Parts: sequence; structure tokens; C-alpha cells
Amino acid sequence: MEELGKRAMAGDIRAASRLIRNIEDDIPETTKAIKHIFPYTGKAHVVGITGSPGAGKSTITDQLIFTMRQREKTVGVLAVDPTSPFTGGALLGDRIRMLRHAEDKGVFVRSLATRGAMGGLSKAVGDGIHVLDVMGKDIILVETVGVGQQEVDIINHAHTVIVVLVPGMGDEVQAIKAGLMEIADIFVINKADKDGARKLYKETLNMLNSGNFPNGWRPPILMLESSLEPHSFAASVEKLCDKIDEHYKHLVERHQLKERAIRKVITEMNDALRAAILEPVLSELAATGEFDFMVEKLLSKETDPYSLAEEISKKYLNK
Amino acid sequence: MADRKIRILLAKPGLDGHDRGARVLARTFRDAGFEVIYTGCHQTPEQIVGAAIQEDVDMVGLSCLSGAHRYLFPAVAQQLQEQGADDITVVGGGIIPEQDMQPLYDAGLKALFTPGATLDSIVDWINENIKPRD
Repeated sequence: MEELGKRAMAGDIRAASRLIRNIEDDIPETTKAIKHIFPYTGKAHVVGITGSPGAGKSTITDQLIFTMRQREKTVGVLAVDPTSPFTGGALLGDRIRMLRHAEDKGVFVRSLATRGAMGGLSKAVGDGIHVLDVMGKDIILVETVGVGQQEVDIINHAHTVIVVLVPGMGDEVQAIKAGLMEIADIFVINKADKDGARKLYKETLNMLNSGNFPNGWRPPILMLESSLEPHSFAASVEKLCDKIDEHYKHLVERHQLKERAIRKVITEMNDALRAAILEPVLSELAATGEFDFMVEKLLSKETDPYSLAEEISKKYLNK
Repeated sequence: MADRKIRILLAKPGLDGHDRGARVLARTFRDAGFEVIYTGCHQTPEQIVGAAIQEDVDMVGLSCLSGAHRYLFPAVAQQLQEQGADDITVVGGGIIPEQDMQPLYDAGLKALFTPGATLDSIVDWINENIKPRD
């Protein structure tokens, strides 16, 4: 397994994609490969792209890849789509927008399903970023969908977070006020040729005007017009690319890269502890049937979750 | 928990925009618990092979209704082989005349599904024949 890590570092595409697969599938020996590559990580600029479904994240990602390749940077992409909670299957369709880069050796695109497990997304994404990083990608774009925990999670892994908004999706700013709006380093209003774009711009601007920016970075708002107008769309994405570079420069100059790095390692440590301590306990409880037994006890109100948890922690943590 | 999932790439090579079938399959595979990467229409064999390798799939499903399957399907199988990725199973579907089938099998395709094949029979075939690679 360590061998896979070495081969991925040497630029072997099959080894890298296999390694990411093993991370997703949670194959236990994969940690050996991660241990091997970990010291070499931390070189790439990790950019998170998030926003509601249909906001245009993949289309923007595609154009960003194009622009970054023109600027002679190598690009890795992790495109995350949801796993069906009912069947465990997933339909991963982000790649459909990025086909034109399929033959470019400087671009590696990988689709990931959320798989739904506790901390699952962040663990696969975090380690997946490491793999792309040691492959030598200059920029790693992480595209995450949806609302809720997952997209806020992205700040624990990205240096720069882009939040993509679109007009006409209802009471936009209300819906995303908590969480999402706070994590943005750059706002993009996509489909800015549509009705409501000005209003959305003003609302976002008002929100920013009432904020303060202790890090000295005020998130800019960029308007992107329809990708059906390739020239103006390309020009807008060029500007977005400039802003991404500018933000990274800001982090470097203000010595703020370390803060982001701290966030990432804390997240990774939490994930690793969960995998090493909590998950074995949970699977043992499930295997012995004890978990179901506890559920019954809770249903009959014989006991409560806290008492049960205390009992279990006594047993496993020798306290 | 270790959990190997079957990953499948679905693609439509060549100049053929009729992707209803491929979309229905994509959804069926999702509902069968597989992870499906759907990459859409108008692709070259090079693009399909590149995507299959980067995505580390167990199977590539090709759909072609334009009549060019005799050229496009073997091209994908051959390029996978050239890249040392012939452990990825290639199957095809579409309007494939009887007499074209043997040459496609000879070129390395493992199964062909033609009009009338039920969704269940395709899912069953995958569950029986595709094992996630270790």
C-alpha cells in the first residue's frame, strides 16, 4: 500500500486514482500510504467552490481549469456529489462539464460521492487533496454541492473559498445567511444576465457592508454572465482567477496561511481519532447486537443515551 | 468500515446525441447501489479512456446508436489495454446487428446489450460479473 503512495508521488495516474479509491472505500491499509505521503503535502493552493445545486459550479470549474492551464499551472479537481441515502448509489455528473480537459496530462479530475458516513466527506476529501498535492498539482479545485454541514466543512481544507450564488432561487441571502456567507473569500454571482442579479448583488453587498474583516480581506463580489456568451464568460473567469491568486498572495503576505493549515490539521486529527477510537467501538457494538439492544432500552425509557454512553466509555476507555 | 463499491463510467462515444438510454441506465445503476460517472455525449475514445483511468472505475459502459460501434467500442478496449488498464471491463449497448457481435467480443468487450434487454438483466449481469478490483 505504501508502494501506491510512492507511485502516486512519481506521477503514476493509475496509482493515484487507485489510492483515492482506497481512501473512499476506507480500506484499512490505506493509512500506510497516507503516512508515507503526508510529509510531502501542503504545497498546492487549495480552492473550494461551493453553492447550491445548479448554480453553475462545474461550468465555472471547467473554465477555471482552462484559464489556469493557460497560465501554465497544473490542476487537480475533486468534484463531490451526493450519495443516495436510500440505495447507497450515486450519480456523479460534474465531469460532463469538464470533458475538454480529459486528454490534458496537466489536469486530473476525480468525482467523489459523499457516502454519507459520519465525517466521511471530510476524510475522503482531506486525504484526496493530499494525493493530488503530492502528484504535484499547483492548484486543487474542490467542488462541493449542497447545503448544510458539508459545504461549511470545505473551509477546513481550502485556502480560498468561492461561494457561487445565482439569482432567482428565492430569498437567497436569507437562506444562506448562516454559515455559507461567512466562509466565502470570494463571492460569485453566476448567471448575472438573469432577472434579480442586481438585487442579489445589492443584498450581498449590504451584508458585507455590515461585516468587519479582521483578516484585512474583504470578499469581493464578481458577476459572471451566461456561459452561452463564451467571450464575456471567459473574460469574467479570468478576473475570478486573478482574485484567487490575489487572495492567496494576501494569505502569504499577511502570514495567514498558517491559520488555514492549523484548521486543516485539527480537522484531520479529529477524523483520525474518530476512525481510530469511535468507529471500532461502534462496529463492535453493532456486531455483538449490543447497539440494537441499547436502542430497545432507550425506546422503553429504561435508561437514557447519556448513561449508556458513560457505561460504554468506562468499558473502553478504562475510566 | 471498508466498503468497496462498484464504480461505473457511462459514456456515449462518437457523433450520437441519443442519450435517453444512457441516462435511464445511469439512474438505474445509482438505484442499484453503484457509483456512476456519467460523462455525456460526443466523446472520443481517448476522452473516455482518460476519464475511466482517473476515476478508477471497474467497468466502462458504452452506448452507441449511430452505427459506429464497430470502430468506437474496440478503440476504447484497445486504448485501455495500451494504458495497462485492461482490468477495467468494457461493455456496450445500442443497436448492434447480430453479425457485429462476434468481432466486438473478439475486440475485448465482455457483454453487449441490445434493444429489449431489461434493466434488471443488465444490473444482474453487473452484480454477477463485476467485482470491485482489490
